[in-house]
Amino acid sequence: MELLKQIFIEPFETMYALPDLLLQTLWEGFVSGTLYSLIALGFVLIFKASGVFNFAQGIMVVFAALCLVGIHALGVPAYLALILTLGVMALLAMSVVQFVMKPLVNQPDIILFMSTIGITFILIAGGQIIFGGEPKAMITEELGLPTGSSVLEVSGGIVIFQHIDIAAAIIAAILIAGLALFFNKTKIGRALRAVADDHQAALSVGISLEQIWVVVWFAAGVVALTAGILWAAKSDVSFALQVIALKALPVLVLGGFTSIPGAIIGGLIIGFGEKLFDLYWGVPLLGGGTESWFAFIIALLFLLYRPEGLFGEKLIERI
Amino acid sequence: MFYREAGQFKATYEADSAKFPIFQDKLFIWFYLVIGFVAIPLLGNEFFLGAIMIPFLVFTLAAIGLNILTGFTGQISLGSGAFMGVGAYACYKMTLAYPEVNILIFIFASGIFSAIVGVFFGLPSLRIKGFYLVVSTLAAQFFLEWAFQRIPWLYNYNNTGAIDGVSRWLFGIQITGGGADRTAQYIVCLAIVVVMTWFASNIISGRIGRSWMMIRDMDIAAELMGVRPLYAKLSAFAVSSFYCGVAGSMMVFLWLGAAEPESFDYNHSFEILFMVILGGLGSLLGCFLGAAVIWILPILIREWLPPLIDKITPWVITSSTADLVSDIIIGIMIVVFLIMEPHGLARLWAIIKQKLRVWPFPY
Repeated sequence: MELLKQIFIEPFETMYALPDLLLQTLWEGFVSGTLYSLIALGFVLIFKASGVFNFAQGIMVVFAALCLVGIHALGVPAYLALILTLGVMALLAMSVVQFVMKPLVNQPDIILFMSTIGITFILIAGGQIIFGGEPKAMITEELGLPTGSSVLEVSGGIVIFQHIDIAAAIIAAILIAGLALFFNKTKIGRALRAVADDHQAALSVGISLEQIWVVVWFAAGVVALTAGILWAAKSDVSFALQVIALKALPVLVLGGFTSIPGAIIGGLIIGFGEKLFDLYWGVPLLGGGTESWFAFIIALLFLLYRPEGLFGEKLIERI
Repeated sequence: MFYREAGQFKATYEADSAKFPIFQDKLFIWFYLVIGFVAIPLLGNEFFLGAIMIPFLVFTLAAIGLNILTGFTGQISLGSGAFMGVGAYACYKMTLAYPEVNILIFIFASGIFSAIVGVFFGLPSLRIKGFYLVVSTLAAQFFLEWAFQRIPWLYNYNNTGAIDGVSRWLFGIQITGGGADRTAQYIVCLAIVVVMTWFASNIISGRIGRSWMMIRDMDIAAELMGVRPLYAKLSAFAVSSFYCGVAGSMMVFLWLGAAEPESFDYNHSFEILFMVILGGLGSLLGCFLGAAVIWILPILIREWLPPLIDKITPWVITSSTADLVSDIIIGIMIVVFLIMEPHGLARLWAIIKQKLRVWPFPY
């Protein structure tokens, strides 16, 4: 009875008693949700266009951020460093397509997935050798991102909005809108959707698969760089970020592997859910630290009920 | 090999379905067993046994576990590290509760707990497959890791939050805990691995194993032919986690002597997955080869690379950099093997054997 009260009544009492805490938690959930969506977006882009489940997306986030900080540390101005990092991501995209994707064309999906785990290892170790393993501060100010915070008073309490969080939400929205435009209005975008629909049909009308893949991997790299900058501005550039990036996987499961709106909404659900759950249920009942698994367990339960995700295409199998 | 099977005819069904139908193969197996049980304990020193052979055997067993799931049933899993942890913690709790019972019984019993947890997290596999299953096994990985950290009952309310191998004896020889005899630990490990490999090979060639392979090759067709996916998939999860659980309790009690929750983190799961990919999906021999390469290669690189770089180039590298280099090499090997030989080292070995069999007249 006591337990039931702790589960069903007390959390809501706390929410009502301390609305500022609730609002602060919701805001934090929203911010981390946007970042999960961004990482998940990178996965979705590659999965849609090549059917490859890119496990390396998480480390690409870290790698891109490390590159940016590392190049800037050499004395290169921040914006030039940003452009150079984009160049590095393009190079990465080309070499992945050349050395991994092309030789593995027509292999089973699971083989391609495992090859991206291999890429993950190469990038983790390579990143540590080139840039060093210790956490680094993100060059937030040099990039012109805001760093201050505003305070909002709510019924006796205060809610703190970090400006970088607001900027993160805006940048993420712009990026997503830009990608949507790119996919729907440009020639490459249409070719990309054709490839996603049917590889062979796309090839037969003269779309270069290789070129499309490079574009997609580069786009995923750009998304990774953005996510890396925004995330690292909140904490640090470190390899621990890679574990957090794995949380994009439950986001994908919730949203569906092929749906961009799904990735966004899934990210927000996970973001809100894990912050609220940890504060109101995790800490009093389970001793805290539930953020590490909450997203995965939600995804697991969701999979039992609706395997194709919220917006995913229903899978029809034939023999 | 430099031998031919000419003149060896199979006259009975038993001979036809024998594990090693060729006489020379049988001879080689006995030869390897003699090396393993007699030569290595006699010749190996503390370092060789403790840092190379015992971990190699532990990881081989875990790789067999994962290979049953991924290689034979086609269900990819990234939770094997956590299932090893379940075995380790179960064994720890049981041997503390009943100190007088033989530790070997608990090492095997811990696999049962791991199997139960494995079946639970395998339940989603009935509705989903492929990448979605990666997510559900990662759920197991992160949830169990959290449980090892946050549930103090599991580590017996230790201040350190770690579990330590308590001292237990077998036939009067101390095999677990501080000051245990490495040679005895090695022999116990080897015996467990040999028995369980033999067991696995029998399951795989039996009815259950064949139903797993049918599920792997095409699940709908298998279902139409009368294989029940529920039993086939869940039994694969159970057996696989059983093997991982036994490997986990061996890791804590016969190798490391103590373990913290971080010993079972997801890097571990990746390591085991790499052993399976590199060794060969769907091959027991591959588990041995993969575990050998993934475990021994980094040790060799750590030993040899820094002095070598020191000698031939002006740079100096530390052993931690050498570890990173071996990570890169392993990553590249994974990609190269997936491109060139998706069936791994086991297939390479089979090809070499075939080439040698027909040598020097290949036509």
